[in-house]
Amino acid sequence: MTDKPTGKPADQAPHKGSSLLRRYLGPLGILALPLMLGGCTLPSFYGFRGATKQGHDSFLLFSGTVIAAIVVGTIVVLLILWAVLRYRRRSDEMPKQFQYHIPLEITYTVIPILIVLALFGFTVVTENAVDAVSPHPAVAVKVTAFQWGWRFDYSGQHVSVLGETTQDPDPVGLNGRPCAPAVDCLGPGLVMPAGETTRITLVSADVVHGFYVPAFNFSRYALPGVTNVFDFTVKHPGIYRAQCTQFCGLYHALMFFHVVALPPAQFRAWLRSEQASSQPAASHPAASVASSRQGSPAASVKAAA
Amino acid sequence: MTLLAEHPAVLHGHPEHHEGPTGVLKWLTSTDHKVIGLSYMITSLVIFFIAGGMAILLRVQLASPHSSLLSLQQYNELFTMHGSLMLYLFAGPFAFGGLANYIIPLQVGAPDMAFPRLNALSYWLYLTGSITMLMGFFTAGGAAAFAWVAYAPLSSAIHSPGAGADLWIVSLLLTGFSAVFTGVNLVTTIFYLRAPGMTMFRLPIFTWNMLVTAILILIAFPVLTAAMVFLFADRHFGTHIFSVKGGGVPVLYQHLFWFFGHPEVYILALPYFGMVTDIIPVFSRKPLFGYKGMVFATMSIAALSTGVWAHHMFTTGVVLLPFFSLMSLLIAVPTGIKFFNWIGTMWRGQIRFDTPMLFCVGFLLAFLMGGLTGVMLASPPIDFLTHDTYFVVAHFHQVLFGTAVFAGFAGFYFWFPKMFGRKLNEPLGKIHFWLMFIGFWVTYLPMYVLGLKGMPRRVATYPSGLGWHLLNQVASLGSYLIAISFLFFLWNIWTSWRHPVAAGANPWDAHTLEWFTSSPPPHHNYLKLPPVRSERPTWDYFHPDARTISHNGRRNGHVKVGAEVGSTGGSDQ
Ligand code: HEM
Ligand SMILES: [Cu+2]
Ligand SMILES: [Cu+2]
Repeated sequence: MTDKPTGKPADQAPHKGSSLLRRYLGPLGILALPLMLGGCTLPSFYGFRGATKQGHDSFLLFSGTVIAAIVVGTIVVLLILWAVLRYRRRSDEMPKQFQYHIPLEITYTVIPILIVLALFGFTVVTENAVDAVSPHPAVAVKVTAFQWGWRFDYSGQHVSVLGETTQDPDPVGLNGRPCAPAVDCLGPGLVMPAGETTRITLVSADVVHGFYVPAFNFSRYALPGVTNVFDFTVKHPGIYRAQCTQFCGLYHALMFFHVVALPPAQFRAWLRSEQASSQPAASHPAASVASSRQGSPAASVKAAA
Repeated sequence: MTLLAEHPAVLHGHPEHHEGPTGVLKWLTSTDHKVIGLSYMITSLVIFFIAGGMAILLRVQLASPHSSLLSLQQYNELFTMHGSLMLYLFAGPFAFGGLANYIIPLQVGAPDMAFPRLNALSYWLYLTGSITMLMGFFTAGGAAAFAWVAYAPLSSAIHSPGAGADLWIVSLLLTGFSAVFTGVNLVTTIFYLRAPGMTMFRLPIFTWNMLVTAILILIAFPVLTAAMVFLFADRHFGTHIFSVKGGGVPVLYQHLFWFFGHPEVYILALPYFGMVTDIIPVFSRKPLFGYKGMVFATMSIAALSTGVWAHHMFTTGVVLLPFFSLMSLLIAVPTGIKFFNWIGTMWRGQIRFDTPMLFCVGFLLAFLMGGLTGVMLASPPIDFLTHDTYFVVAHFHQVLFGTAVFAGFAGFYFWFPKMFGRKLNEPLGKIHFWLMFIGFWVTYLPMYVLGLKGMPRRVATYPSGLGWHLLNQVASLGSYLIAISFLFFLWNIWTSWRHPVAAGANPWDAHTLEWFTSSPPPHHNYLKLPPVRSERPTWDYFHPDARTISHNGRRNGHVKVGAEVGSTGGSDQ
């Protein structure tokens, strides 16, 4: 429901396969194991359903856990409210001075242990799925975070996109709007093919930054001295806004970027056109791409902020 | 090494013969734990109001998108100082320097802390450290602006030049020593200065929790102090402990910081758990349900809390996720035990809702939701989608506000009559509670949604058109309500100052030893002590017919012949 990326998705394929499953197994699944069923029946709780394969797994865990938390929370709240309302002082009668009830105490120790172990089981399964990296990604992009912007290098392709704070280099022309700081800038665009696996190698050029794509349900630090590797398999073409989440200094609040997922053919066409336009400046591909693409120079953005 | 005479004698030799200095000189030179405790409490409350004022500024800024009330730099300084003041200089010192300092010697039946002069040194280090941190605002570059965690390399000399950052580091060094000294003092006092008959399993839970807290302080704070020394050396002495360039390891800072930082969370929480655990039984007129389970739960929380630090680093990609996840999830178990003990205490009680009890119920509800969302964050995939967003801001405020403010003010309203011999006004206290309670939920519930919609924390401004505006506006409105509620608190203090109503020694019909002596207590606390035969000596003294029943009471059938709990050591000691 809140799954919508900021821009217009180029194509929104309906989930055909799952409706059959839902019709026959739905009621049973809800009763037995909501997590088995697939996310379409689970409420979103204001979260994103996950625009990537990996992010969808996280969503299922999130939603299932929220349900469990609501159940536990409701029980405890009812116990508290019952105690508070039922046992208000009505007289000076002395209540019974009991203190221990060992069977009860054992019960409320063991049940939480079981709940927690169950959550741990689901956690391990999900985190292995989310963190798994494919041996043969279709595209590999090196992402460098810096104060204050992002640089995306397409390994072996001599293509890179670079943008500072609030620039909107608009690499594919899907949204050609002008951009004003802190209002509607999308920042530099990280272009990737939909339906294929993209390998991200994340590094930082200076301080700690946070690479966070809300619609992908995923964040990872760009940590100086550490190289992080992870995969995205975006399900549908679209534009997904994104932002730095780890406080990184003065312009942290403006360190936007966005992911552009294109149908594979369109993605390859974009890659070729970028290669063509950046050939002359092969030694500094980033600089040329950036200068040819970006609307407002960084200096003016900083002055305005 | 018990210092007091045996029961039931009047204690000899220490009537009011101390003709010490009065007025300002008394506050400057005193080594009396009660005076130092009050100094701590007043100072930390002033800090709380300063930090709260900053929070309101932050909320005004965030009430609308791309707002220009504060510049980016100003916002960054203010949120850094808000968090730092609240955690380092309010929540901790209010509990272990303020209330614990005042209450612990009374609860164990001691005349003072074990090392009164060290205690005074703690306070003066704390005061100096607090002023040091605030001085940052008056330097040319402004106050520190690297968040309360000061991650390297953002906190390096290159990325955060200026004296504000140095003052922040030095402040943590000073208050770090202050905390360690207080920790030593509390441990020694609780182990060696207990009154006759006050065995470990007759200690009030507040005292138990302060003992465990003090041990955690001794484990955690030296690590923070070391990290600050390293940071300072990197900034000024050319070392490269946390910088990649010289072969250092930036992520080491995060490990050191959170090895302190997570136990710190419990250093801030356990004292407040202790307060509500002492208060709820009093207003329910019952003993604490599952006393021993509560003690073991506290100990296991403390033990687990030293092995979970990397749950703050799940998204670094360099920590062992399953281990830290499991350890963190397990903390939910002893925490759950505490909840059921609190509920079990109220169960079949005769609950009176005076202001302290209202604040305790407020704490229960706030901490319940904060705790449940904490369990969610302990699962790495869920942390990946909420880390550093407003979801986390909502989570830790529910926990910290729940403990330090709801439970803290429960403690304040509860012990105020003991400390000043005056009552606080009940209607004003209740208005304070209800306004704050409503404001609290209105402020923090929208923040969960904001986080799930992708709003990062620590942003000075945000774009319009993402559905964040209304939620932020509501959160800001809630925070104004919280601010207003504190006007009633101040009004209450003012009233009790101008129109004192005598409280008497034991206005709440309370349980623990401190309510046996006069309010405020005499110089060395006790002129006589009641026999201590359970964790409720004052109650036992005034209600000899309503002793605790050991199990669920079936055996004894009726109240009057109930066996005492843990009655070792002879009939009357
Ligand atoms: C009076 C009610 C309060 C309000 C309205 C409030 C509001 C805020 C706001 C707006 C932020 C900044 C969030 C961001 O930009 O990421 C913040 C951060 C923070 N607050 Fe509060 N707060 C309140 C009380 C407290 C209390 C009682 C504590 C602790 C005892 C506390 C501890 C913190 C901490 C640790 C941070 C994080 C600072 C950082 O990210 O470095 N706050 N608060
Ligand atoms: Cu950032
Ligand atoms: Cu932690």
